[in-house]
Amino acid sequence: MTVKSTGQAVAEALALAMEMDEGVFLAGEGIGTSIHVNPHLPTFGLLDRFGPRRVRDTPVSEAAIAGLAVGASCMGLKPVIEVMFFPFITLASDMLVNHAAKLRYLSGGLSSFPLTVRVKSGAFAAGCQHSHYLEAWFAHVPGLKIAYPSNPADAKGLLLSAIFDPDPVVVVEEMPLYWTSHGEVPEGDIRVPLGRARIARQGGDATLATYGGAVHVALQAAETLQAENISLEVIDLRSLVPLDTAAVIASVRKTGRFLALHDATRFCGYGAELAATVAEACFGELKAPPRRIAAPDIPVPFSPPQEAFYKPSADQVAQAVRGMLRP
Amino acid sequence: MQRHPLDPNQRIGLHSDMLLIRAFENHITRMAHEQGRLPGMQITCHGQEAVAAGVVRALTPRDVVVTNHRSHGHLLARGVDPGALLAEIMGKRDGLNRGKSGTLHVADPGRNVLMTSTVVGAGPLLAMGAAFAQHYRREEGVTCVFFGDGAAAEGSVHEAMNLAALWKLPVLFVCESNCWAGAQAHQEHCPIGEIATRAASYGMPGEVVDGNDVERVHETAQVLLKHCRSGRGPVIMECRTYRMHGHGEHDPQHYVAKDELASWAGRDPIVRHAEALRRDGLGERTAGLREGAELAVDRAAAFADASPFPPPEEALEHLYVNPVTSEG
Repeated sequence: MTVKSTGQAVAEALALAMEMDEGVFLAGEGIGTSIHVNPHLPTFGLLDRFGPRRVRDTPVSEAAIAGLAVGASCMGLKPVIEVMFFPFITLASDMLVNHAAKLRYLSGGLSSFPLTVRVKSGAFAAGCQHSHYLEAWFAHVPGLKIAYPSNPADAKGLLLSAIFDPDPVVVVEEMPLYWTSHGEVPEGDIRVPLGRARIARQGGDATLATYGGAVHVALQAAETLQAENISLEVIDLRSLVPLDTAAVIASVRKTGRFLALHDATRFCGYGAELAATVAEACFGELKAPPRRIAAPDIPVPFSPPQEAFYKPSADQVAQAVRGMLRP
Repeated sequence: MQRHPLDPNQRIGLHSDMLLIRAFENHITRMAHEQGRLPGMQITCHGQEAVAAGVVRALTPRDVVVTNHRSHGHLLARGVDPGALLAEIMGKRDGLNRGKSGTLHVADPGRNVLMTSTVVGAGPLLAMGAAFAQHYRREEGVTCVFFGDGAAAEGSVHEAMNLAALWKLPVLFVCESNCWAGAQAHQEHCPIGEIATRAASYGMPGEVVDGNDVERVHETAQVLLKHCRSGRGPVIMECRTYRMHGHGEHDPQHYVAKDELASWAGRDPIVRHAEALRRDGLGERTAGLREGAELAVDRAAAFADASPFPPPEEALEHLYVNPVTSEG
């Protein structure tokens, strides 16, 4: 067990997967030779270590990168491609939505597409063509799985599960976590199964389910609330598809209150699915209506105070929980 | 271009493939016009049989085929079972893909007919990925992808060709240039008139061939495949042909001039090839081939008719290999 940054943990998973399986290769824009020289970026040093056969710098050609992955995975390789920023996935989405997700089904189960898409997300002062939380789009496509780590150990473990999963998996990596989130990372082939949530903090008064960087916001809010004798249970979903419905429901049965939190916009966001799931399963046990805390329905703004305004804060979370507890 | 003359067995084989494809699709046409017998639309390759037979017969079993919505010819030339194919087209349980694909997305990975996309410009991208796997494993195989001239307007075709050429991947890009894209004529979507011309911009060879001359198609494919196998990268082969039945069986071709259809009917690849074989003294060897093809289709029809529809709840299967990981 060593303390590592999330970026280093991702790099460790990539290197380990490539060592374990000759069929694993990486492709993407600037994943080998990058304009950035930063050891916290996940593909740093991998070209030197594994060579250009297995670490492929591609042209600026997202559809081609995704087509490469779909075609190569159908032939039995395990491609791990990188989409530089989440909004750019729209250029690759025909391959992901109409092909990776559907061709197995259309073949009547004869084909498989064991590919992994690492997509870099987050708000990082670049404006909304570089920042857009699109996870709900992909969660809505049957045939794709979605992992969304919040910390270094999960970033490693979920990515390893994704790479060796026989189905297509999109792994959303929030870029700011690459260097801001450090933690202990187990050595070796440690996998975090897809579809198993983690209780990030135990609590008895309300359940909050979230993922990615928002987990840290939720934990901060829980800390504040603790001082007021309100105990918030925080569930880190870790994978959005498959969703660990059982963990969410079990927690809500215990607390009787539910909030969903995410940095994506509210309307048709992943929180809507969570709230509906809870309402259907636990209506009789709820002491308050389920709530969603999400970004306002606007693109991610550029100006620093506006970007900060866009992202739900720990204060907003604490306020919402207090509101649910008020008789 | 160095070509090798075909021996009589190869010539008969090509002819036989074209006859099977025509007989199979004639059956589809008949069924399509009997109300309610076939679900969905039916898209045939009437008039394009020479491309399917000529190219696919030039492939080895290790080569991969990526096809599209107009796939019956490619599939049959590859040796896909006509009964299972017809059952699939009818949405039956014993179809190749258990009725999940229908006519449009048939895949037969056992025969290396790996993927079929009906997003028309997507095939070249999938093929480029499959060829990458062959190249990565240092295999001898080539990936052959069929796409139409209309599909070549999609940006994905450019991205596929660009990356394949850059990385010298073994892809045979076969453009079945059949004069029409939906109801749009070739000159309305293709400013330069030829798709193969684009090869120059990727630094790969591009050949245009008479797509209604099965032997010419076959010989050209053999030469170009040799190029792909030599590690020199992809090629574009453009086969000039004609879509005799329109976009599909539901298309009355109101936008096509009668004399254009008549002129292409006069260049029917099967009739032309039968004449060539007769001229070269092989007429006797073609006797009975048509009847044989029709018999094979009758058997396929009996098999497909007898197959039941899959139970509705089977629609829930085959989405994932693992719905959740074993530990989940």
